[in-house]
Amino acid sequence: MSAFVSLLKRDMRLAVRVGGGALMGAFFFLIVVVMVPFAMGPDLNLLSRIGPAILWIGALLASLLALDRLFATDHEDGSLDLLMMGGMPLELVVAAKAIAHWLSTGLPLVLITPLLALMLNVELRAMGPLMLTLTVGTPALTFIGLVGAALSVALRRGGLLLAVLVLPLTVPVLIFGVAAANAAIVGPTPFGPPFTILCGLSLMSLVVGPVAAAAALRHGLE
Amino acid sequence: MQLIGDNLQCVRGGREVFAGLNFSLMDGEALVVTGRNGAGKSSLLRVIAGLVRLAGGRLELDGGLPEATVAEQAHYLGHQDALKPSLSVAENLQFWAEFLRIEGGIEIIPALQAVDLAPLADLPAAYLSAGQRRRLSIARLIALKRPIWLLDEPTSALDVASQARLANLMRGHLAGGGLIIAATHGPVGLDNPRELQIGPA
Amino acid sequence: MPPGTRLIKKPPMAIIDLANPTRFLALVNRVLPWLVAATVLLFAIGLVRAVHAPDDYQQGATVKIMYLHVPAAWLGMMAWGIMSVAAFGTLVWRHPLADVAGKAAAPIGAAFTLICLVTGSLWGRPTWGTYWVWDARLTSMLVLFLLYLGVMALYWTAEDPGRGSRAAAILSLVGAVNLPIIKFSVDWWNTLHQGSSIFRPGGSAIAPSILIPLLIMAVAFTLLFVTLHLAAMRNEILRRRVRTMRLMQAQELAEAHP
Repeated sequence: MSAFVSLLKRDMRLAVRVGGGALMGAFFFLIVVVMVPFAMGPDLNLLSRIGPAILWIGALLASLLALDRLFATDHEDGSLDLLMMGGMPLELVVAAKAIAHWLSTGLPLVLITPLLALMLNVELRAMGPLMLTLTVGTPALTFIGLVGAALSVALRRGGLLLAVLVLPLTVPVLIFGVAAANAAIVGPTPFGPPFTILCGLSLMSLVVGPVAAAAALRHGLE
Repeated sequence: MQLIGDNLQCVRGGREVFAGLNFSLMDGEALVVTGRNGAGKSSLLRVIAGLVRLAGGRLELDGGLPEATVAEQAHYLGHQDALKPSLSVAENLQFWAEFLRIEGGIEIIPALQAVDLAPLADLPAAYLSAGQRRRLSIARLIALKRPIWLLDEPTSALDVASQARLANLMRGHLAGGGLIIAATHGPVGLDNPRELQIGPA
Repeated sequence: MPPGTRLIKKPPMAIIDLANPTRFLALVNRVLPWLVAATVLLFAIGLVRAVHAPDDYQQGATVKIMYLHVPAAWLGMMAWGIMSVAAFGTLVWRHPLADVAGKAAAPIGAAFTLICLVTGSLWGRPTWGTYWVWDARLTSMLVLFLLYLGVMALYWTAEDPGRGSRAAAILSLVGAVNLPIIKFSVDWWNTLHQGSSIFRPGGSAIAPSILIPLLIMAVAFTLLFVTLHLAAMRNEILRRRVRTMRLMQAQELAEAHP
């Protein structure tokens, strides 16, 4: 267990020090969400109707792009070799890195959501459910994205490949996340069912993601 | 303790790197692996370290920890240093020692002293020279005890004094019952190691 | 004194001496307390005048947010102008303190822009009924804020201060294009935001009883900016010195323990 915590603390420390990119994900999220009204025009009613969808897609893109370097830096400086030689299975190594990544990238994203929701004219009473869906959903996005990050290291390709591989896998999370957020706003359907399914998807990704990513790393780095 | 490699075969990128490789090493013994560039010296070390899958043959460690793999009882010193520039010298070493620890204690300060980096303990690793980075990697082998040392070109980037220091550390490791396998082009300063040549003479 | 010796007088400080970081630090240390005092004084006068200024016949006392909002907007834009001049200094004249000036100005400008956006948002709620609307003036101020964040990201994530500064300087110059767009956006597009009332051909449209406190607050904000900017420049110079000393220490240790 202490090896898991050591790795988690190290990755968090690296993220917040110079060059670590801790707040970059949140910054990118901010920009992407702000772009949409520029493109669509200032119709506030329309914005408030699609607000949750815009926020979810922004969160998705921001999470994915920040994942690009997750394994690449360790691979380039030889740390990945040593990480595979500890007593910890590679799946747990990957999980520890993913949790550190979510804490430094995903959580700030969730925290600035209220500000952005305000700019998209999302109703105040929807703010809480919206943040809840993102809090539960962004870990799913991170853990599903692990597979793409591992593959892009193994295949030595860049960020677009990662996006192409991972985006289709995140579709269920996106659908249920937006459905839950919308249910809280518009409301004929209750919030509970889509949110529960979202939680289930998240929990599943916590297991499937590291297993798949570890397999990809092992086979790709032969 | 005895490390046995029997009829080892390695395939990387569709190409057979080596086949039919045999060696046997007892505790207190060192094996120097020589050969041309590309012959497979690094691949052999990575196979033993568990980083490359064995295509054929068998690798066993008799007398080691019962539940641990060979990789978990080996230190690997590759071409790269596995150092993070934004962490300090001590933080880098502390992390690897904690992460790689299976059993036994870790000693950070004595390890830094053994490679003469103790005064730089709080300096960010970004400020180190190539030789200092190499020495910090070597400190990892001292901070945490593992019986097998897999060294890939250990003397590269080291000046004469540091090479002598490394030779001393290696002798100390062997005297304590450890095993060393070193891939190298030149001498590493060990007296009478066993030799294994990969590829044509 | 023995005959034949001459007293050598130190030449008085010229503006070019400011290029020397040590002289600059000495100057800042002398001037800063006075600047702080002047800033506090002007803020006191400005806020008192603002409180006593007449209310708007429609908005009531809410209009007094203007005394924070408008100077913050002006300073937010002025800071970018200073960054652009500093960028010129970095790229063209190679002035040694230019990139320090640019790096120090960015967070202060970002803070003023944020104050403008937040006060504007709070003002908009009772006045227009909404916290935010995507009209030309607000949007271009938001874009300015995002550009500030981008420049700050460039300065802060570059491990080598020199390289980050050149990249940030280029971005500062490119982003300067946004400033005239903000100024004239309210004229070019139909917007919810108020049109130009102060800097207009034909003279200002605001009554002196409101204009004077506004101008006093503007001067107070400007003094605040100068104070913060000089202090931030001092910090940055000291920070770089610490970094250099660490590098020298590493080098000495490397030579002592090869």
